[in-house]
Amino acid sequence: MAIPIPPVNTPAKPARKGQDAKSTRRFALLLLSPTFLVLALVVGYPVLAGIRQSLYAQAEGLDADGFVIEGERFVGLENYTALFTGERGSAFWNAFFNTTFFTATAVVLETIIGVILALIMHQALRGRGLVRASILVPWAVPTAMSGLLWRWIFQPDGVANAILNQEILWTADGWQSKLAVIIAEVWKTSPFIGLLALAGLQMIPQDVYEAAKVDGASPWQQFRRITLPLIKPALAVAVLFRMLDTLRMFDLPFVLIGGNKDSVETLSMLAWDEANNLRYGVATAYATILFLYIALLAYAFIKIAGADVIGEARARKASVKKGAAA
Amino acid sequence: MRRIPMAGVFASLALVLAACGGGSESGDGDKKSAALEGRGEITFVTGKDTSGNLQKQIDDWNSKHPDEPVRIIELSDKADEQRQQMIQNAQVKSDAYTVLNLDVVWTAEFAANRWVVELPEDQLPISDLLAPTVDTGRYLGKLYAVPVDSDAGLLYYRKDLLAEAGIDKAPTTWSELFAACDAVKAKVSSAKNIDCYAGQFDKYEGLTVNASEAINAAGGSVVDEQGKPTVNTPEAKAGLDVLVNAFKDGHISKKAITYTEELGRADFNGGKLLFHRQWPYQYASASDKEESKVAGKFDVAPLPGSNGPGVSTLGGHNFAISAFAKNKATALDFLNYMTSTEVQKANAIVIGKAPSVAALYNDPEVVAKFPYMPSLKTAIENAKGRPKVVKYGDVTTAIQEAAYAALNGSKTTDAALAELQTKLETLTQ
Repeated sequence: MAIPIPPVNTPAKPARKGQDAKSTRRFALLLLSPTFLVLALVVGYPVLAGIRQSLYAQAEGLDADGFVIEGERFVGLENYTALFTGERGSAFWNAFFNTTFFTATAVVLETIIGVILALIMHQALRGRGLVRASILVPWAVPTAMSGLLWRWIFQPDGVANAILNQEILWTADGWQSKLAVIIAEVWKTSPFIGLLALAGLQMIPQDVYEAAKVDGASPWQQFRRITLPLIKPALAVAVLFRMLDTLRMFDLPFVLIGGNKDSVETLSMLAWDEANNLRYGVATAYATILFLYIALLAYAFIKIAGADVIGEARARKASVKKGAAA
Repeated sequence: MRRIPMAGVFASLALVLAACGGGSESGDGDKKSAALEGRGEITFVTGKDTSGNLQKQIDDWNSKHPDEPVRIIELSDKADEQRQQMIQNAQVKSDAYTVLNLDVVWTAEFAANRWVVELPEDQLPISDLLAPTVDTGRYLGKLYAVPVDSDAGLLYYRKDLLAEAGIDKAPTTWSELFAACDAVKAKVSSAKNIDCYAGQFDKYEGLTVNASEAINAAGGSVVDEQGKPTVNTPEAKAGLDVLVNAFKDGHISKKAITYTEELGRADFNGGKLLFHRQWPYQYASASDKEESKVAGKFDVAPLPGSNGPGVSTLGGHNFAISAFAKNKATALDFLNYMTSTEVQKANAIVIGKAPSVAALYNDPEVVAKFPYMPSLKTAIENAKGRPKVVKYGDVTTAIQEAAYAALNGSKTTDAALAELQTKLETLTQ
C-alpha cells in the first residue's frame, strides 16, 4: 500500500534529494486520499456515529393521553454505567462470559482441528482435489443455513439424539445448548483455519523435511520444530480472524438455539435485542463495549502471537529506509 | 503482512458498530389532524406475499381506480424485520409508506408513537367484523387499525383414539383432557406411548401465546383492560400451574419445552401426539394423506379451560394508515376495500386465511373448503388479544422469561409470576 511512487520524468539529482522525497510523499498522499476518504465514510463515520448515539437516550414514558413522550436527550456515560449494575448488569456479564467462553473454546478447537485438516489436505495423495473440496464444504454454507441444519440435527428426535441414544434437549436453555453452539461453530469454521494453514504448509520447501529426515528427526519433532514454526505466520492471521469473528457471533446461536436464552446469549445478541426495542443508545453502548473488547483482544493477540510478523515487517521497512537514505 | 491483520481488525470492528448505528430523529410532536384527506397514488406495505393472491386483489383495485393506484411494497418475510423497516420509515417521517400491514401486537406501539393515524369508525364496516379482532386495532379506546385477517388457537385431537377409548366428544376442560389421555393410554394398546398434549413452549412468541392462554383460561389475565399488569393473582398462578404440573407429571412430554409450531405439527401429523394446541394452518397438512398419518382421524375443537371452554390468544393482521403519508382519503377507501366481504371471501377460499368478517365463517362455500371455520369462529369470539402495551417487545420477553423458568422448573410459579409482575409494572409505567 505504501510503496513509494517514483516521480515520473524527473531524474533524481543528488542536490534535490530531500525535496524530491518530500514531493514524492505528498504525491503518494494525494493518490491515497480517495482511499482515505472512502475509509472515513464507510468505517470512520459509522464508528463515530455509533459512539455518539451511545451517549443519548430515548425519552421514556407516556403522557396523559397515552402517547409516547418523544425526543432524545444527552445522558453522557449513563448508558455505559447502567450496563454493569442491576438487572442489565447481570445480563451483560452473562453475555460477556458467553462471548468469551465461545471464543476461547471454539477458536482453540478450530485451530487444532483446522491444522489437522490442513495436514490431511496437504498429505492426501489420491483424490486430493476431492478431499480438499469436501473439507471446505462447511465453510461454504451460510451461517444461518448451518444454524438451521444443526437445529434439525439437535431436535429432540433428531440425528444427534439418535446417534447418542439419549434424549438431550439441545435447544433448551442450559449447558447443552452451549455445547451445541460450539459443535456447530467448530464444524463450520475449522475449514477456514485449515485453508489458511494449508497455504502456509505449501510454502514450506520439501528439502527442509528431507534434511530433517537425514538428521533422524521423528515425525512429531518435524511437526513441532519445522511445520509449526513455519506455518505460524499464516496460522496467526487465521486465528486472529476467527477470534474477531467469534467475538461478534450472532447468527449461529440466534438461529440454532434462539434469542433471549441466557445460556447462549452473546454481546451482539444483547445489542440487537436492545436496538429491536428501540433503545438505540443502550444498544450502541453494548456495541461500543464489544468494539473496545475486540480491539483490546486483537491488540493483545498481535502483540503476543504475531510479534514476529510485525517485527520482521518493521525490520524490513527500516532497512528499506536505510537503503534509500544511503 | 503487517497490514492485513490491522485492516481485518478495523473492518470487523466497523461491522460491529455499523450494525447498531440506526439512530432516530427526535420528533416535533405535532398532532396530525383527524381528517383523512388527499387522493392519488398510495403504497401498501406488507410482509412477503407467499400466497400470490395479493397482486390480483391490487390489480382489481387499480383497474377500478386508475387515478388512485396502489403499489405494493414487499418487506421481509420475518415479522421482526417488517416492524423495524416500518419504524425506520416512521422515524424519518417518510411518506413512502401509506397503508401498513401490522401484526396485531404492534398496534399499541405504533399508535402511542403517533406513527399511525386514528381511523374514523363510522366510515369503516366495523359492525361486520368480529368484535375481538376489531379490539386488537384499538389503543385506549380509539381505533387505529382495522383487522383484515384473524387467527386463534384450536385444540387438534385424535377422534379415532378417543372413540376407541369410549369418549365421544372433545374435552372442554383441562381435567377432562388429561383424563381422556389417561383413558386412551390405558385402553388403546396402539397408543400406549402416545404423548398427551403439546403446545408451543420454546422461549419465543409462541410461549407468550400459550402462557397467556393458560392464564386467561383460569380467569386470570396478564394485563387488565387499562393495561395494568395483573399477573400476580391466584387465578393466573392456577392457570400457569396447569402447564407446570402437566410438565411435572408427564402429561406434557419433557421435550415439548423445545417445541415450536412446526415440531408439534410433525409429532401430531406423525401420530405421536393425542392433543395439540395449534393454529388453523395445521388443518390442511394434517388432512393431507401424503404428509400425514392422521388424515381423517382427527378433528378440532375450542381450547380447553379450567372450568369450561378456554380462551385463545388472537393472532392476525391489522391495516393502519401511516401518519406521514399523503393521500389518506384514498388509503381509507383502500382499507374499506380490503376489509370488504368479497375481498376477504376470495382470500379465505384461495389461501385459507381466517377472515375478520363474521358472516364468512358460516358461508357455505368457505365452510365446504375449511370445515374448521365454525370452531374457529367460536374460538375467536372467546379469544383475547395479547397485552396492549407500547413496549410490547420487552413485555413479551418478560412473559417468556417467567413462563419458561416456571415450565422448566428452575423457578416456582409463585416466584416467576411475582417477578413478572414487578417487571411488567416498570415496563408499563
